[in-house]
Amino acid sequence: MVIELKNVSVQYIVGDFKNIGLKEYILRRIKGNYDVQNFWAVNDVTFSLEKGDMLGIIGSNGAGKTTLLKVITQIMWPTKGTVKVNGNIAALLALGSGFDGDLTVRANTFLRGAMLGYTRDFMTAKYDEIIEFAELEEFQDRPFRQLSSGMRARLAFSIASLVQPDILILDEVLAVGDGAFRQKSEEKMRGIISRGATTLMVSHSIGQVRKICNKVLWLDKGKVVKFGDNTQDICDKYEAFLRGKN
Amino acid sequence: MLKVIKNLKKHQFLFEELVKRDFNAKYKGTSLGIVWSLLSPLLSLLVMSLVFTQFFGRNTPHYMVYLFAGNIVLSYFKDSTKSGMTSLMANAGIITKVNAPKYLFLLSKNVSCLFNFMLTLLIFFAFVAFDKIAFSWSFFLVIYPVICLMVFNIGVGLIMSALYVFFKDIKYLYDIFTQLLGYLSAIFYRVDAYPLTAQRLFMLNPIYVYIRYIRIIVIDGGIPTLRHHLLCFIYALVVLVIGCVIYKKNNYKFIYYM
Repeated sequence: MVIELKNVSVQYIVGDFKNIGLKEYILRRIKGNYDVQNFWAVNDVTFSLEKGDMLGIIGSNGAGKTTLLKVITQIMWPTKGTVKVNGNIAALLALGSGFDGDLTVRANTFLRGAMLGYTRDFMTAKYDEIIEFAELEEFQDRPFRQLSSGMRARLAFSIASLVQPDILILDEVLAVGDGAFRQKSEEKMRGIISRGATTLMVSHSIGQVRKICNKVLWLDKGKVVKFGDNTQDICDKYEAFLRGKN
Repeated sequence: MLKVIKNLKKHQFLFEELVKRDFNAKYKGTSLGIVWSLLSPLLSLLVMSLVFTQFFGRNTPHYMVYLFAGNIVLSYFKDSTKSGMTSLMANAGIITKVNAPKYLFLLSKNVSCLFNFMLTLLIFFAFVAFDKIAFSWSFFLVIYPVICLMVFNIGVGLIMSALYVFFKDIKYLYDIFTQLLGYLSAIFYRVDAYPLTAQRLFMLNPIYVYIRYIRIIVIDGGIPTLRHHLLCFIYALVVLVIGCVIYKKNNYKFIYYM
């Protein structure tokens, strides 16, 4: 068992608690109209994956897909339930953010590598390879700010896809860069997967899920609608569900 | 504590890169940036000495050094805790995406502030020599309050950065607080004009305790009492413990507010 989730639930607080500040908070507490609601972004999810599994997570916006991935990468802690993960994780979540605009491309590459838990030796050894794959040779010593969003995503992907993880987590990242780069990155992904990494991917492209996933998890409003290895069957039902909605 | 050190080792590469980034942000990557960052404490020292020497300088020996000691301690405290306060939120983009200990972001900010403080401390001792205060081996005791102050600042940074995640307006309140604290820290005046009880009350202010320590060893040529040493240590420890407890309790809550 590489990943095992048992009755995992994550509770979010919603309402105007975020930017109200201390004064407002105290005032509202006194008046009694401090209004926050709890809601379950992920509700009682149980599933497990074996080595080499390729899971597609589907569901409409706000179904809890990203939250679930965050729980598995331990960025978030489940309010209830347990998560067991065996092996090192590489998570490619929302690639573009977390860079520093003032630093050079080179410095950002190292910073990102450090964030992903690589060692300095590893980064020094792989640096040229990363830049080459991202096709950013001429930009190495320019401030990161000068890169276009496509270039940023390319760099992020190149750094993140370096590892040989036991578990690979992809959140809508196969849609990176222009056509040529997309092809290159898909190839690289497939390379990692074919070496036996357990992969979890969130995708809005059902075609993609049908093509490469051997298991599917369908979430709706935080709950599991269907989970299993009958990929085509679940995808058919999901598409029917989407049609019914419109 | 052991876990923190182990974690720091494990995330040493990330920590180093963060420190580099913060240095870059502070000095914009130039050595001129360092000179620039020293200009502000020196200018405020200059203005203060011009204004206050008339009022307080006459009966205070080495008034310039007296002022300077207060200034550098206070501005280190302000610099370190203010930038520490925003350190979590400023890195929200990273914290919501990567699983790394959150205090790393605060500590890396503290490193660049400490570096800056060390530079001002060097200039301070240049002033001391310039003011013809004879060198004494007891000057080296300055390491003690500096370490305590560093821990104290990290503790306050922990508390404030956690609060800042939950309440964004704390920033303005904290500005007012540090300003008032500055007035209460006897930067430019002497406390012996006050009755003895009031003088004791000053010791409730940790910043004053650290400033006084440095003044005693440098200006008075003495060695602070054991009680003074303990006070330095206890303030730092208490604040650090409170900060750690807050972090531990809210570690998984922060992310909902980012």
